[in-house]
Amino acid sequence: MILYGVRRFINYLVLTLLATVVGYVLASLVLNPAARFYGRNPRPSDAAIESSLRRLGVDPHKPLLERTWDWMSGIFLHGTFGLENNLDPVGHDMLVRSGVSLQLLLIGSVLGAVLGVTLGVWGAVRQYQLSDQVVTYASYVVLSTPVFVIGVLLMILATSFNGWAGQQVIQFTGQYTPGLSGTWNVLADRLSHLLLPTIALAALGAAEYSRYQRNAMLDVLSADYIRTARSKGRTRNSAMIRHGVRVALIPMSTYFAYSFGTLIAGSTFLELIFSWHGMGELALTSITQNDVNATAGSVFYLSILVLISSTLAEVLYAALDPRVRI
Amino acid sequence: MAIIDPLSTSDVDVTAELVDSRKAPRNSSRAALIWTRLRSTPRFWVGALVVGAMIVWAIAGLWITKWSPTDQDLINSSVGPTASHWFGTDDIGQDIYAETVSGLRRSLVIGLIAGPASTLIAALVGAFAGYTGGRADAVISWLINLLLVLPAFFILVLLSPVFKSLSFLVLTAFIALFTWMVMAQVIRAQTKSLRDREFVKAARFMGVGTGTIIRRHILPNVASLLIIDATLGVVAAINSETALSYFGFGIQRPQVSLGVLLADGTPSATTRPWMFVFPALVLVVLLFAVSLVGDALRDAVDPTSGSTRD
Repeated sequence: MILYGVRRFINYLVLTLLATVVGYVLASLVLNPAARFYGRNPRPSDAAIESSLRRLGVDPHKPLLERTWDWMSGIFLHGTFGLENNLDPVGHDMLVRSGVSLQLLLIGSVLGAVLGVTLGVWGAVRQYQLSDQVVTYASYVVLSTPVFVIGVLLMILATSFNGWAGQQVIQFTGQYTPGLSGTWNVLADRLSHLLLPTIALAALGAAEYSRYQRNAMLDVLSADYIRTARSKGRTRNSAMIRHGVRVALIPMSTYFAYSFGTLIAGSTFLELIFSWHGMGELALTSITQNDVNATAGSVFYLSILVLISSTLAEVLYAALDPRVRI
Repeated sequence: MAIIDPLSTSDVDVTAELVDSRKAPRNSSRAALIWTRLRSTPRFWVGALVVGAMIVWAIAGLWITKWSPTDQDLINSSVGPTASHWFGTDDIGQDIYAETVSGLRRSLVIGLIAGPASTLIAALVGAFAGYTGGRADAVISWLINLLLVLPAFFILVLLSPVFKSLSFLVLTAFIALFTWMVMAQVIRAQTKSLRDREFVKAARFMGVGTGTIIRRHILPNVASLLIIDATLGVVAAINSETALSYFGFGIQRPQVSLGVLLADGTPSATTRPWMFVFPALVLVVLLFAVSLVGDALRDAVDPTSGSTRD
């Protein structure tokens, strides 16, 4: 089992490294780091531009392969990801920002998964009843609504709620209010800021998972072992939970990994909508500002997330399903 | 973007191989069966009618209004829905109704091209890899895995300087190029199990070429999956385009798509909601209707997939 996990991990690790290389090469080919100097007045001399670019390691006179090699070896030998346009180290920025992003991503996706699994099981058990239909169509509507539209609609609702309450009960810009003191105040403030983006992300996850979980649960409900458990004298609920849900959760481990990509993209959009300074913001602004190192660093971060979730899903699947022989 | 669950769709249609594949589309009992099931699903009709209505509206919607998307009615700028401006106007007096129809047009064209195009890529690559096997298969699966690890939306954003200045068809092509991978994996797995069936072996031993076998025997057998994927691919493509345009990396003014309109409406969403709500509503209704059709199709093709079973 451990060997299997390690092998899958190494497989994804190689893919992640290649994805990062592709990211760096694409960024170097598409972005023009010198462009941000052209608009300045007075325009810096060519020599000044070149020396500045050389400092960032994106000197266009150096062969692309050599630049890629320098950047990649920087990761391995020194754990650095180069410098941003403003000479901040990319690695440090990524560390701070990924903390911000992961907070939203983890809370949102865990909540979404729990909610989705619950709704899916509930819908399967109450198949064709009104509550099942409502949950099914609601999940279609959520999946048909881009997550940033959900975010903006939530903001509109929160604005009218705050107007009705007469004060800023729900905060929805940024991650926290600066200048607060006291542990409880800070905590309450953070939670208040987390509320809307978490709702949006959890809704996205719940809608996606509940449809899969409902199908998986329906497959299980008609299985022989449920009937056996019932005939042994187990109650309906106990048979459903001990034998049904447990089995129906096995295929879900794969879906969690599949749909994690959707959630990563979704949380990127939500960060931008709610003006959080997370990795999503770094990823998009680095492209608009022609920042090669930060762009490649963002690709690295995003593919690391895929690496972790894919490895976890495969190992979980193998561990949960006794039919999988390794 | 797991459109089709690769685990539960692993059993290949047993009925399809009994039918001569050249006649299959016209009088196969399987196609007739699927159509019968589809006909009795209300979801399918609701979805199909709404999609049809929206296509007609996208084509004809501009004929019935006197405003064109680029007109500026400066006397009536920033007004809500009125008798003249049905969806209201923005701050420079552009008619939101006309812009929404025009945006719907572009979003529909992108979705209807990119969705099926990505399915086509998936079918060809998946069937080729699964059928030939060996080294080509290893290289292709490895490439698919690499593309799956690459964050697709972000790569599209990264490439946006390339296609921003070009026609929106280039954007459409790029969207298709980054959404075919999951389906290709499904098709590859299906093809692998089809390759050892008698009818494929018979064709191979008679000396039929690889391309012909894929076209005549493999693809008709996975056609149902491909139809579902193409339908749901439309939703995925419109979603990608909207997200790209929303954040300024897709369609650029003066061209509009629904994403561009949503982006323009967002800053004033609380004070002038009509600028945001109408395009959002159109987008959600469109995507909802297409998903209904896709889901009804999936249930008709694979009755064990869940929602139709008793």
